[in-house]
Amino acid sequence: MSAASPEPLVRFIDVSKSYDGRVDAVSALNLAVEAGEFLTLLGPSGSGKTTTLTMLAGFEQPTSGRIFVAGEDVTSVPVEKRGIGMVFQNYALFPNMSVGENIAFPLMVRRLPRAEIAQKVARALSMVRLEGLADRRTQQLSGGQQQRVAVARALVFEPGLVLLDEPLGALDRQLREQMQYELKQLHQRLGVTMVYVTHDQVEAMTMSDRVAVFSTGLLRQIAEPRRLYEEPESLFVARFLGESNALAATVTRCESGQCAAALPGGETVLATAVGTCDAGAAIDLVLRPEKVALGAAAQGCANRFAARVVEATFLGDQVRVRLAALGREDFVIKQPNAAGQGTLEPGALVEIGWRTEDCRALAR
Amino acid sequence: MLSLAERRRSGRAAYWLIMLPALLMLVLLYLVPLFDVLLTSVTDPKPGLGNYGMLFTSASVQKTLLTTLRIAGITTVTALLLGYLVAYAMRAATTQRQHIMLFCVLLPFWISVLVRSFAWLTLLRGEGPVNSLLVASGLVDEPLALVRNETGVLIGMIHVMLPYAILTLYANMRGIDVGLVAAARSLGASRLQAFRLVFLPLTRPGLVGAGTLVFILSLGFYVTPALLGGGKVLMIAEYVAVQINDTLRWGLGTMLAATLMISVLGALWALSRVIDVRRLFGA
Repeated sequence: MSAASPEPLVRFIDVSKSYDGRVDAVSALNLAVEAGEFLTLLGPSGSGKTTTLTMLAGFEQPTSGRIFVAGEDVTSVPVEKRGIGMVFQNYALFPNMSVGENIAFPLMVRRLPRAEIAQKVARALSMVRLEGLADRRTQQLSGGQQQRVAVARALVFEPGLVLLDEPLGALDRQLREQMQYELKQLHQRLGVTMVYVTHDQVEAMTMSDRVAVFSTGLLRQIAEPRRLYEEPESLFVARFLGESNALAATVTRCESGQCAAALPGGETVLATAVGTCDAGAAIDLVLRPEKVALGAAAQGCANRFAARVVEATFLGDQVRVRLAALGREDFVIKQPNAAGQGTLEPGALVEIGWRTEDCRALAR
Repeated sequence: MLSLAERRRSGRAAYWLIMLPALLMLVLLYLVPLFDVLLTSVTDPKPGLGNYGMLFTSASVQKTLLTTLRIAGITTVTALLLGYLVAYAMRAATTQRQHIMLFCVLLPFWISVLVRSFAWLTLLRGEGPVNSLLVASGLVDEPLALVRNETGVLIGMIHVMLPYAILTLYANMRGIDVGLVAAARSLGASRLQAFRLVFLPLTRPGLVGAGTLVFILSLGFYVTPALLGGGKVLMIAEYVAVQINDTLRWGLGTMLAATLMISVLGALWALSRVIDVRRLFGA
């Protein structure tokens, strides 16, 4: 991704923001957004993702650091001069204007000729499939339609960069999924750069080229969705995206990216070392539930342990099994609902196993 | 045992019984005298619409009406302008400061209009503190005539009316999503454009409501014009009082009172065709 374009479209350099002068809402952020990419800022509430977006939009000034857009320092450029499209969570449609007038607004304040405005508004309306609704009052539209108007309004003046602040938060699940698809389609068709804020990890995974995970004002990791899931660099990321078994352990041996670690109960686990790792270091072993093999399938694994079934929950396409293993009662594995598979009764003794490369040793 | 229908009937009777004293008071002390006023206006000194004819023939009645409309109009426009600024500042302030500002706006309500009028009289007279300051600072050579004329009446009335304008506008502005102005800015509108194209249109119901309220209240003002006008600025209410108390032309006085009431009701009715009046006044 970064190799494709030499100069990123957006660059945050050592940006910090504090609202009260004591706690940093965002601290020492360095972030690059590539031209044309769909980047999602993901994190729980209060993680700094929205503050990052509002600073990029220009509603808030960084306490320190600089922000560049297209090579230009925009840190102190006012909102309206940045030419960035923005879609808000509550849509922020102007209630005193019709659908068409809302979409025409950015063109009107730019004093475009009337004929050109009409033409562009019509095109934007058809782009979000709202043809014929130009004269409607915005209050007459459904939530999904209102959000489409907001998207059309943010795109109609052809900004190179569009910011979306939890735009689908107020929609029900089905409509959300459809809008996710439509937004993604628009992104691909228009080639516009989109920065998207959400706290929904599934949304982030389905839509993004890259995801930046935030917590407590810090950027924890930025990577493609798959890499983020498969190769989390911190326990926070591993837990925030999907489910993980996390086991506290101590490194006993470490060489060429692989390490052996001892659990408090004395068992030894082979894992892939992430970052620096020395013998004696305290680490967290992180293992995805679906990477754990059960029974005969565990035979060829480097790590093999005995376990007892505590509870098996049938979820349709998969079975979620809680096991007592390695001295814990909450070891979770997920088994696909494959053909000819027997049921797991609580109390049954089984063997579990996993490969060295599927278990990551994260420095504490 | 009472049947359900009987019990419901007795319940309703109790309901009316509770309301009876208030209803009686309203009818005897308000509606009956009001009807008497309307009746007098078409019977005194002789039956017919002769009193109402004076609206078109009497120069002094017309002059009073014009003065009233002019003063009420200027008061309304000025109170709206000043009130808009205060309400806007209140909306933008922090919650704590909002409370302090609200307290200051409501403070004058604790002091009677009579006292406030005398206070203005003292402040604005020729040798009063305002004129002393103006002369001492060299801004003017001799004391300005700030009171016992129309200027004085306007100053006093605007002062009394300002809280009504501020509170109505503030209630309206609080209902406006701040995010809309932010959205307008992000779409390329300057501060001024965002205000003119988004915020101002959204405060129109507040402006109409505050304007109507202030105008209607101003039409019936009595104490402030009587005191600060020094007898030289005659508005309808004072004119009516003179007819009833001094010249004893009850027909003329009641006619003007009835005219005022009918115009106000008519104006409110016309307004209700355009906007939701009940919501406007918080009902």
